[in-house]
Amino acid sequence: MAMEFVAAHNLDDALAAKAQQPDAELLAGGTDLMVEVNLAHHRPSQVISLRRVEALREVTPTRIGAGATWARLERGPYRGLAQAARTVGSPQIRAAGTIGGNVGTASPAGDGLPWIAAAEASIEVRSEARGTRVIPWRDFFVGVKRTSLEPDEIITAVLVPGDLPEHQEFAKVGVRNAMVISTVSCLVMRGEDGIRVALGSVAPTPIRATRAEEMINAESAVSDAALDEFARIVSQEVKPITDHRSTERYRRHAAGVLARRLVDRSVR
Amino acid sequence: MNITIKINGEDRAVDVAGAESLLTVLRNDLDLPGTKDACEQGECGSCSVIFDGDVICSCLVMAVDADGSDVTTVEGLGTEDDLHPFQEAMLAEGGVQCGFCTPGIVVAGTHLLDENPQPSEIEIREALSGNICRCTGYGAILRAFETVERGDV
Amino acid sequence: MTARTTSGVRGGIGTSVRRPDGTPKVMGNFAYASDLWSEDMLWGATLRSPYAHARLTRLDIAPALAMNGVRAVLTQDDVQGKPTFGQEEQDQPVFCDGTAQYWGEPVAVVAADDEETARRAAASIIVDWEPLTPLTDPEQAVEDGLSFREMRIRRGDEDAAGTVVAEGIYETGTQDQAPLGPEAGFAIPDGEGGLDLYVTSQWIHVDHRQIVACLDMAPDSVRCHPAGIGGAFGSREDISLHIHVAMLSLATGRPVKMVYDRTESFAGHVKRHPSRMWYRHEADGDGMLVKVTARLLLDGGAYAHTSRAVLANAAFFTVGPYRCDNVVVDAAVAKTNNPPAGAMRGFGAVQTCFGSESQMDLLAEKLGMDPLELRRKNALLAGDPMSTSGQIIEGSLPTLEVIDAVEAIPLPDPLDDDDPRLLPGGTGLTTPRGSVVRGVGYAVGLKNLAFSEGFDDFAEARVVMTTAGVEVHTAAMEVGQGLVTVCQQIARTVLATDQVAIVWDDTSQIGSAGSTSASRQTQMTGGAVHAAAVGLRDQILADHDGEELRDDGVYREGEQVATIDDVCSSGPVECHVQFRHPETFPPDENGQGDVHAGFVVAAHRAVVDVDPELGLLRVVRVDTAQDVGTALNPQAITGQLEGGIMQGVGLAVMEELMIDEGIILNPTFTDYLIPTFLDAPAVETRIVEAGDHWGPFGAKGIGESPTISSTPAIVAAIRAATGRPLSRVPVRPEDIAGI
Repeated sequence: MAMEFVAAHNLDDALAAKAQQPDAELLAGGTDLMVEVNLAHHRPSQVISLRRVEALREVTPTRIGAGATWARLERGPYRGLAQAARTVGSPQIRAAGTIGGNVGTASPAGDGLPWIAAAEASIEVRSEARGTRVIPWRDFFVGVKRTSLEPDEIITAVLVPGDLPEHQEFAKVGVRNAMVISTVSCLVMRGEDGIRVALGSVAPTPIRATRAEEMINAESAVSDAALDEFARIVSQEVKPITDHRSTERYRRHAAGVLARRLVDRSVR
Repeated sequence: MNITIKINGEDRAVDVAGAESLLTVLRNDLDLPGTKDACEQGECGSCSVIFDGDVICSCLVMAVDADGSDVTTVEGLGTEDDLHPFQEAMLAEGGVQCGFCTPGIVVAGTHLLDENPQPSEIEIREALSGNICRCTGYGAILRAFETVERGDV
Repeated sequence: MTARTTSGVRGGIGTSVRRPDGTPKVMGNFAYASDLWSEDMLWGATLRSPYAHARLTRLDIAPALAMNGVRAVLTQDDVQGKPTFGQEEQDQPVFCDGTAQYWGEPVAVVAADDEETARRAAASIIVDWEPLTPLTDPEQAVEDGLSFREMRIRRGDEDAAGTVVAEGIYETGTQDQAPLGPEAGFAIPDGEGGLDLYVTSQWIHVDHRQIVACLDMAPDSVRCHPAGIGGAFGSREDISLHIHVAMLSLATGRPVKMVYDRTESFAGHVKRHPSRMWYRHEADGDGMLVKVTARLLLDGGAYAHTSRAVLANAAFFTVGPYRCDNVVVDAAVAKTNNPPAGAMRGFGAVQTCFGSESQMDLLAEKLGMDPLELRRKNALLAGDPMSTSGQIIEGSLPTLEVIDAVEAIPLPDPLDDDDPRLLPGGTGLTTPRGSVVRGVGYAVGLKNLAFSEGFDDFAEARVVMTTAGVEVHTAAMEVGQGLVTVCQQIARTVLATDQVAIVWDDTSQIGSAGSTSASRQTQMTGGAVHAAAVGLRDQILADHDGEELRDDGVYREGEQVATIDDVCSSGPVECHVQFRHPETFPPDENGQGDVHAGFVVAAHRAVVDVDPELGLLRVVRVDTAQDVGTALNPQAITGQLEGGIMQGVGLAVMEELMIDEGIILNPTFTDYLIPTFLDAPAVETRIVEAGDHWGPFGAKGIGESPTISSTPAIVAAIRAATGRPLSRVPVRPEDIAGI
C-alpha cells in the first residue's frame, strides 16, 4: 500500500489534512520520526509535512512557533531556552529539529521542556473542527511520551507569559559533551516573584520542584545553609528511575547539585 | 510519488514509494553513494549534506519531503583536478584513514569555512561535534583546518 | 639494512607521504563494500534470535517464500558442507541449529528484489521459541566447566613474599569496536558454479577456508576479494555475513548484496571481552617487585572465535613492562550466553594493563614512592626475561626512553578560561571553573607483535617490475590504518622508483597475508614486500651485471647498462616471497617458553579536569611516547596514536555495552557513546626509534599500543584529582561522585 503524503504550504492546509487523516504522522525536522522509520522500520501510511508552513516558524517575545528550530532558538530571545537549545544533539540536529517536535514527542528527557515548565508556558494547539486550544504545560504533558493532544490537532506554538523572569539558567548532565540524552537537566528562573526550579529526566514529565521553591522563596536571603536545604529538598522531590543511562541515586544527587548551582549562578 | 530535488546544481527527478530517507534515495536511486549510512539515526554525521543552506543529516530527511529543495552532497564539492581547499588539506594532513566519516566531515567542514573562514579550534570542535570519527582521533582533521586557515593549500 | 637508496627516491620510507586512496575518499567515490552495486543484484536480510538462550521449536519460512519479490529463504537445513565455522574452533553453526546461544544469533536469511522486501520477508518468517535461562555469569560458567580455555603461568618461586603488598579487584566492561562502516558483503556467481565474494574482512584467506568448508565447494571456485572497509579494530576478524551472502548468491544464481544496519552490526560482530581480575603485587622495601599473583576471568560469550588467543594475551601481559621473577597467574575465558567476544585492538592486553597499571599506582602509594620512579626501577628491558613466560626480550624495548619522553612533554597550562566547552559538562553548563580539580596520571603498556604460541604466521607478497612501473601484489586488508601507503614506500625505497602501485589480489591469485590485526601488517606484509623487492632488485642487478638500480634502469660504475625496457624485454620480472617472523613456540604447562615474536612498549600521560561533586570530567590531554622501531611514515604513526588513544578514552570514560540477561540494551549510537570532537583531548606524541630485529628497516607495529595504556593513564588522573579508588572502566559519574 503506497504512502500518502501531504506537503502543507500553510496552516489551514495542514489542519484540513489532519482533520481528514487523524492518524497521519506530522513531519517537521524529522529528528524523531525518521529515527523510527529507519531503525524500527516503521512504515507510516500517511504523513503531513509542516516544513513549508512559514507561520509556524515565527518567534516573538511571547510566542514561539512550533516550527522554530533549535538553531533559531540558540540565537534568542529566551536566555534559558537558548542555553538548552545549544545542548540538543548536534549542529545537524539543531538545524532541523523543532521545539514543536520536542513538545509533541514529550520525552521525559526533552531538552526544551524544563524551560517550558519554569516559564509557566502554555501549548497552543489547533484543529479544523474546534479551532484553537491553549493548554497549560502541566495539563499538556501527562506521562512518558504522552500528551493531551487530540488526534486531529497540530501543535502550533509555545505561548510565553509576558512577565518572564530575566534571570534564567539551564544545565544538563550527560556522559558526553554532544549528542547525549540528558541524565538530569534543570532550569532555574529568578525574578521579582522569586525562584522557580524545573527539572527534566527525573520524572515521567518535566516537573517543578514546588516544595523546594516554597522553601527557598520563604527565605529572606539565599544563604549557603538555605541552599544546602534547598538542594536536599530538590533531591527528595524528584522521582527518577534507574535505567541503562544512570541510577536513581545519582539522578537525585545531580538534581540537587544542579538546582543549587543554578540558583547560585542566577544571583551573581 | 514523483519528486524533483536539485542536487549538486542539477535537477534530479525520482519516484519514491514510501517514507524512505533522502540518504537511501541518494545512495540507491540517484547513484550518489558518497554520502554514508553508518547509523541512520542522526548520531554520527556520516550522512551529512547541505540542505537548503544548512548542514543536516540526510538520514533524517524523508525523501518525499525534499521535493523542491536544494541539496549539495560530497560529490558536489570538488573534482579530482579542482578539490576544495579543505579536501586538499585533509589529504595533506592525514585526516583520512578508513574514510567512512570523511564525506560528512568534508561537507560539515566546507560549510563551516564558508560561514566562518577563520574558526578557532574550539569553534571547529563544536561545529563538527555531530561528526564522529573512529579512526583519526580528530587531531589530523583539526590540523587540516589550520592548514586551510593559514592558506597553505 | 640500508634505509635509503643513493637516488633518494621521492615518497620513500621515513617521509609522511600521502595515502594513495585519499583522493577518492575525500571526494566520496571510494568503493566501500557497502557501496557495491549491480543492476541485477538482490538484497539480503537476516532473521535473528530475540533471546539470549532459547530452543527453536518452530521455523516456518513459507510466508517469506510466498512474498512477492522474494527469491530465496535459507536456514541451517540448506548448509551443504560443514555445518559450523569459527576461526580457532569451528563451533558456531552457520544458522541457529535448534538452540539460540546468544541474542541476535542468525536464524535465517532472505534474498529479495529490494532491501525493504527482504526485511519484511525476514520478519514474516514464523518462529516459535521456548525461552531458556541464559548462562550469563562467567564465574559460574567456569565452575561448571564451560570455558574455551584455562591457563596457568608459574614462574619462579610461588612462595616468594614481599614486605609491601597491594591487592585489588578490577573490572573492564564490554567495549565495542564500533567501526563506522557497517558489515557489508557482495557475492557474485560466476556462472560456472563458483563465486566471487567482496566482504568487509580483516583476513580473506581465513574467511575463505571457512566459507568453502561450509559451502562444500572446491577452494578455487570461491574467490574472496579485498573490499573497501570503513574501519575494523578487530570486529572483522571473524565471519559475520560471509557464508550467508554466499549461500544466497548460489541459491538464486544472482549477485546478492547484504549490509547490516547499526543495531544489527552491534549484534552481528564480536566485542572486547569484559573482564574481572584479582591482583596481588608484592615488593620489597626498596620497591623492587618480588611477586605478582593474579586470577583473570574473561567472558567469551557464546562461541569461541579468538577467545583462546585473547586469554593468552591477557595472561602473558598480566605483569606489564616490568621485571618480576615470581609470577603466579590462573586465567580462564568463560563460555556463556552473553554476546560473543573476540578481537578488539589490544586483544587481552588492554584488560590486564588496566589491572596491572592500577596495581603499580597502588603499590607506589603503599611504598610512599613516586609512581614513575617505581616503574623505572622495575622496567623490563631488552635482554631481560619476560616476567610471565621467561622469554628473553630480543630486539629493542625502550621502556625507560618512552617513560622519560612522555614525562618530558610540557604539561598543558592550568585552566584559566570560563568557556564552558573547556570545562567538564561542556555546553551543558553544569560546572563553574571553581569546582574543577585537575589530575595527572601515567601508565605504561607492553604488547606483543604478530601471532604467537607457535602459530605459523606468514605473509605473502609479489613484487613485479613492468615497463609502466612497479606493482606490489598482496591480499592484505587495508582497513584504514595506512598499510597501503607503507607498502608503497617500502617498494619505492628498495627499487629506487616512485612509480609503485599496490594491487589487491584475491585468494586465488596469491597466498595469505595473514590477519590485519596484532599490530602485524607493517612488519609482516611490509616485511614480505621488502623481501620481495630486495629479491627482485638483486635478481635484476645479477641479470644485468649491475651495481645499482635507479628509476630509469641498471647502473654500473655510474654508467647505465640497461634501461627498464631492457630489464622487462622478456616481460615483467617478479619476485614472490612468503615472509615469516622469528619462530614462536607453544608455552609449556606452566606458561613458559618463547611464546612471542616481538614486543612493543608505549607510555601515556593523561591530564583530566574533574568536577568531583557531579562526577563529570574533561580529558584535557593524553600524551604518548611510542616505541616504533623505525618511523616509516611519521604522519601515519601520529594518526594511529591519536586514533588509538581516542578508543582508550572511550573505554576509560564512556563506552560500554550494557548487557542484561544476555541482551544488549544499547545497540545504537544513541546510547553506545563514542567520543566526539567536543570530548576528544588534545594529544602530544613523541616517537622513540630504537630499531628492532625483524621488521622492514627495523620498523615495529604500533596499532594497538595507543589503546592499551591510555585507559589506565586516564583513570590514574581521575584518581589523582579525586582520591577515589576507581577499580572499573568505564568510569561513571556516580563512581567519581561516590554516589
